Amino acid sequence: MLEIKNLQVSYGAIPALHGISLSVKAGSIVTLIGANGAGKTTALKAISGLLKPKTGEILYEGKNIAGLPPHHIVKLGLSHVPEGRMIFTNLTVLENLQLGAYLEKDRRVIRRELEHVFGLFPRLQERQPQLAGTLSGGEQQMLAIGRALMGRPRLLLLDEPSLGLAPLLIKTIFEKIVEINREQGLTVLLVEQNANLALEISHFGYVLETGRIALSGESASLRQNPQVQSAYLGG
Amino acid sequence: MTELLQQLINGLALGSILALIALGYTMVYGILRFINFAHGDLFMLGAFAGFYISPAVAAVLPGPSLGSGLVVLGLAMLICAVLGVVIERVAYRPLRRRPKLTVLITAIGISLFLENTGQLVFGATPKKFPEIIPVYPVLKFGGLSITSSQLIVLGVTLLLLVALRHIVLKTRMGMAMRALAFNPEAAALMGINTDWIVSFTFGLGSALAAAAGILFAIVYPSIDPLMGILPGLKAFVAAVLGGIGNLPGAALGGILIGVTETLVAGYLSSTYRDAIAFGILIVILLVKPSGLLGKKEIEKV
Repeated sequence: MLEIKNLQVSYGAIPALHGISLSVKAGSIVTLIGANGAGKTTALKAISGLLKPKTGEILYEGKNIAGLPPHHIVKLGLSHVPEGRMIFTNLTVLENLQLGAYLEKDRRVIRRELEHVFGLFPRLQERQPQLAGTLSGGEQQMLAIGRALMGRPRLLLLDEPSLGLAPLLIKTIFEKIVEINREQGLTVLLVEQNANLALEISHFGYVLETGRIALSGESASLRQNPQVQSAYLGG
Repeated sequence: MTELLQQLINGLALGSILALIALGYTMVYGILRFINFAHGDLFMLGAFAGFYISPAVAAVLPGPSLGSGLVVLGLAMLICAVLGVVIERVAYRPLRRRPKLTVLITAIGISLFLENTGQLVFGATPKKFPEIIPVYPVLKFGGLSITSSQLIVLGVTLLLLVALRHIVLKTRMGMAMRALAFNPEAAALMGINTDWIVSFTFGLGSALAAAAGILFAIVYPSIDPLMGILPGLKAFVAAVLGGIGNLPGAALGGILIGVTETLVAGYLSSTYRDAIAFGILIVILLVKPSGLLGKKEIEKV
């Protein structure tokens, strides 16, 4: 579904990604783990169009989307839940969700997606009229994911959904990710610092180290890998 | 008492015009974080657009009547909306990723360009704005006099404010504007074509400035290519007074400055008329730089 070939991204003169290649199979959860500053967020931003790659191809369903503006890429069915969630805290919960379906003009479809998101995160339904800024961190993460789902994506990019959340909430969020993947067949590319959890719920994993893919493999086997264990799993 | 009432009505009319201009400043600032110093000149162009199209409108709709006046108003707003979009496209968009100062200086350049081209094309001598609506005293009571033109100014402003409020709060476009103002990256990730929304915002702001230009010309029917400078600056002060980036703030700021200016001119001395707005600017920057309704912005480092 997604095939990245030799992707290079720099911030001005400073290279952040030195040519990474990875692929995401339709229907799977693929995770990209690595330390702070390894280039995980950069990779996601390049895929969703927030950053322009220097070179390389990003093939999404066979089409090269590298360098397209973000609003074009969203239209192709690719939603990005950005780092730090980027909720519109000045808007209500409902408005945030409506913005997620910005490209959808059919009100019935929007209504249906709204029901679906509320089914997944009942908490959001209760908080509809509230300003999103008044939500707790966990609720904001639910809103960020719900907002991305409103656009009915086929590929979901998730950047550090566990960031700043209590362990119990992280568990809930990750269960929801698995649920969305399993029940709707939504493909997920998950970026995480919490390698333990990420490898637990994903099918395949890549380890990013200072802008290069250092390791890759089935998530189950990566968890057994001594190198991964000592560097990322606290073992 | 009648005199005070009269001054308040005069001030309210002037304030409405400033409010309409101030809204354009504040909308553009809210979305792009820069002050479009050419905005006052769109006000001037609105008045001139009205000047040139009113004979054509009069040929079809014999006036002056409320109907033909509103047609002139609508057409001038449309023309200036297009001009605003073109100016943004040609002058500001290529500089989107450049330092804000570059864009600011460009805006000043555009302003000078419009003023001087205006003098070249329209001529520097003031022109008499035609009577596009019938002007007559609606109410005469003791010393108090309210004219039809003042009522038109207040009515049209109120209508435009309500319409703007509806656009910003209730429409898909308005939601996109608010999203963009809050976080351009996140807005783009929602599928919002940010360039489109910026164009729309410039068009909307310029249309309001044009409306202000026409209303101004109805009340003070002498127009010239430099007429936008002072009202433009005062409206900028109004936007800062209300809290730049805040729409109700801009409207409030405009009204407050208009009323204060008229009261000072009426009761103290008209010599100080133009000093009032800038005096207010200095005070607000010292006392509450975020403006009356503005939120304190935390500078990220």
